[in-house]
Amino acid sequence: MRRLGPLVLEPDPVPPPARVLGVSLFAIAGALLVAGGVFAAYGADPLVAYGVIVRGTFAGLREASEVVRRTIPLLLCGVGLALAFRAQFWNIGAEGQLLAGAVGATAVALFVPIPGPWVLVAMFAAGFAAGALWGLLPALLRLRLSVNEVLTTLMMNYIALYGVAWLIHGPWKGATQFGFAYTDAFPEAARLPLLAGTRVHWPTLAVGLVLAAALAFLLARTRLGFEVRVLGQNPTAGRYAGIDPARTLLAVVLLSAGAAGLAGVGEVAGVHHKLLDPGQVSLGYGYAAIVVAWLARGSPLAAVLTATLLGAIFTSGDVLKVALQMPFRVTDVFNGLILFFLIGSERLLAVRIRWAPAATAAVPAEPGVPGTPETGGGS
Amino acid sequence: MNGVTAGRSSHPPPEAGAPNGAPLLALRDITKRFPGVLANDRVTLEVRAGEVHALLGENGAGKTTLVNVLYGLYQPDAGEIVVDGRRVRIRSPRDAIACGIGMVPQHFLLVRRHTVAENIALGLPQEGLLRPARRVERRIVEFATRYGLTADPGARIWELSPSEHQRVEILKALIRGARILVLDEPTSVLAPQEVSGLFDVLRRMKGDGHAVIFITHKLDEVGAIADRVTVLRRGRVVATVPAADVDRRALVQMMVGRDVESTLPRARAAAAGEALAAEALEADNDRGAPALRGLTLAVRRGEIVGLAGIAGNGQRELVEVLTGLRRAVRGRVRVLGRDVTNRTAAAICDAGVAHIPEDRVHMGVVATMTVAENLVLRRYRHPPFARGPLLDYDAIMRFAREMIAAYEIATPAATTPVRLLSGGNIQRLILARELAARPGVIIAAHPTSGLDVSATEHIHRLLLRRREEGAGVLLVSEDLDEVLALADRVAVIFRGRIADVLPVGDATPERIGLLMTGQAA
Repeated sequence: MRRLGPLVLEPDPVPPPARVLGVSLFAIAGALLVAGGVFAAYGADPLVAYGVIVRGTFAGLREASEVVRRTIPLLLCGVGLALAFRAQFWNIGAEGQLLAGAVGATAVALFVPIPGPWVLVAMFAAGFAAGALWGLLPALLRLRLSVNEVLTTLMMNYIALYGVAWLIHGPWKGATQFGFAYTDAFPEAARLPLLAGTRVHWPTLAVGLVLAAALAFLLARTRLGFEVRVLGQNPTAGRYAGIDPARTLLAVVLLSAGAAGLAGVGEVAGVHHKLLDPGQVSLGYGYAAIVVAWLARGSPLAAVLTATLLGAIFTSGDVLKVALQMPFRVTDVFNGLILFFLIGSERLLAVRIRWAPAATAAVPAEPGVPGTPETGGGS
Repeated sequence: MNGVTAGRSSHPPPEAGAPNGAPLLALRDITKRFPGVLANDRVTLEVRAGEVHALLGENGAGKTTLVNVLYGLYQPDAGEIVVDGRRVRIRSPRDAIACGIGMVPQHFLLVRRHTVAENIALGLPQEGLLRPARRVERRIVEFATRYGLTADPGARIWELSPSEHQRVEILKALIRGARILVLDEPTSVLAPQEVSGLFDVLRRMKGDGHAVIFITHKLDEVGAIADRVTVLRRGRVVATVPAADVDRRALVQMMVGRDVESTLPRARAAAAGEALAAEALEADNDRGAPALRGLTLAVRRGEIVGLAGIAGNGQRELVEVLTGLRRAVRGRVRVLGRDVTNRTAAAICDAGVAHIPEDRVHMGVVATMTVAENLVLRRYRHPPFARGPLLDYDAIMRFAREMIAAYEIATPAATTPVRLLSGGNIQRLILARELAARPGVIIAAHPTSGLDVSATEHIHRLLLRRREEGAGVLLVSEDLDEVLALADRVAVIFRGRIADVLPVGDATPERIGLLMTGQAA
């Protein structure tokens, strides 16, 4: 127990949800404040910039739907990462898995003759499989050779990135694209329908929401979910309980990387309608999804909220670029600041702060222990 | 080596009350509160130069909290510490060392790849940047000869035994200038013969004017080494008395607050039929060195076989091989007549083997998960708890409520996370889970270590009841009293082999001690 003026700080290892929310909002506010400093340094009035952000993200249906459009890939990658993080598999490779999914979907759209509405189903299936495959290699390396997955999943991102670049400059370069490095445009049947009046490709959004609910159910109510939680919290106890870590980990990685693959399908089939430069397919969604999963503290349902928050940040990056001529990468600064503040505030979660002016005893209803005579004043 | 055995030492206790004058160290009205617990309640303790002062109490009595306050790891909420007549504030171990207080912790804090001298030089302020250990080597030899602490300054820590690690920790404290040395349950890592060696060292330190605070919950040790003893119960000092003035019974009464039956009711069950058999087992330890070297051991139905030995002689590896957590390189394991060699942990569990693991917090439970989930940790995949790929939480909760009642697990609810439970209740939870399915074989590794007298008694009764119902029990324990109180036969493990198996009637502490150290065939 410590004193800070009239406040008493007590350790409390089990934070109630309200405090988690409060501390998180406090951290985000701090990040916004520092971001204001960044805006000022860039020559923009922070208050104007905040106004631009608010108007550009919440003002109307069109603005809000842009947030949703950004949210979709963040949600799909984020719920998958939330699951992986629960199993203590540190998948940093959602970006590459997303790109692999985009490649899988493109292959089906351009080269596999499938009748009518089944094309989209086949594209989602191919995207999931391609993403899962991209996650499989790091998982196998970790299981067989204990290779750290943080490194391998990260490296796989670069392989995917250059793989896509090679495809669009080489074998898949579109005959009808006047020499630009794109594939040919997808046929009409391979494009996702949009919500009327917006650019929201709703089938992907639906898949993301269903997946969030399904993974939440998986964690809470199934044998596999139980195994994931045991292994994630205490691998030694998992071994003792007779859980096969290889089987569990493979299932987790396939689901996690597959979900990121679905995000890639949504981007090419719902937004671009072709495979193009990897930096345009994904604006770093796979990396931002790490923040989504971290903020959600491993809960797929909470990831719906945190993905929306990050979606709003991405959109605000867009509007800042248009309105104030800032580089789009200001969103990276935003994301970095938010992650920094959240991780930094983690310790606050385990502390309860109470208002207790020094005159009254710090310990209620316990006359046996007088208020600490000489530890007052803090240290 | 030493003819003196642990416990009943032949040394007369030195003049009770020991030297005169002001205390070297005084703790006055130390109060330390944790959320929900008053760990130390106005504890007052005076330690004189030239005395060994035992601090006796059950687990949770507040002994460790008190010495952590003394060593600057915790700040007291109230009270004062006086060293040599001067009031001091100890904010960190660095302050404690500056006050001449040294600590030999229960779990040694040594860098395993470094030499003895390097470990001791670590944290000495005046050593040079290059080869810091060189100058310290001379002082090691000097202190070692003065106190009888034989240690090779050039040896690497990983090459040494636990008792040698302890000597290094004592040397480290002395060379840092400790006049007050705190030893936290120092005998728990030692064989009986090694205990008397430690006591000789303590006597020499005492003769040199040092003060020793000796934390223990073993009553025999109080009589053997202490000049005075302070008994703690529930955070309070019950009494401080000259050790020569109290007998065992009086100490127990002070510790527990009542008389405890020291003999357990035991029907001499007729052992019949093989429950568990290990044949010529060979297995490696984590570093790939052989840990089991052709170990053969059998446990019959309806008997408890106690496995005694000094830690590190293959007990852990044996338990792990028997429960499917470690591969046997050679040899066979049979459970209730079925060969289960190198089967998975799940298969061996399902074959009827209960495992009460040594490290109950890190292996036995998932601390962040609920009591109910932990109660099905090893059976969640079977009906009624699982239905296909789904878990039936109604069935899990029903089972949990039954177990909480039957095994007297003190928990606010079945949905409480296990980390909020006390050690004794965590162990009750593990026993409930492992014993509820009426296993034919029970492998219990240190089932009562760190538990207080009443939890220990509860667990002993449970094991005896299962034995009467026909289970074969392998009891691995470092507490020889426990082994002798419960076992029908005592197997002694030494360097990966069973040195001998004795009927409990022939198993004297002296005989077991010789077998444990490889000095008898």
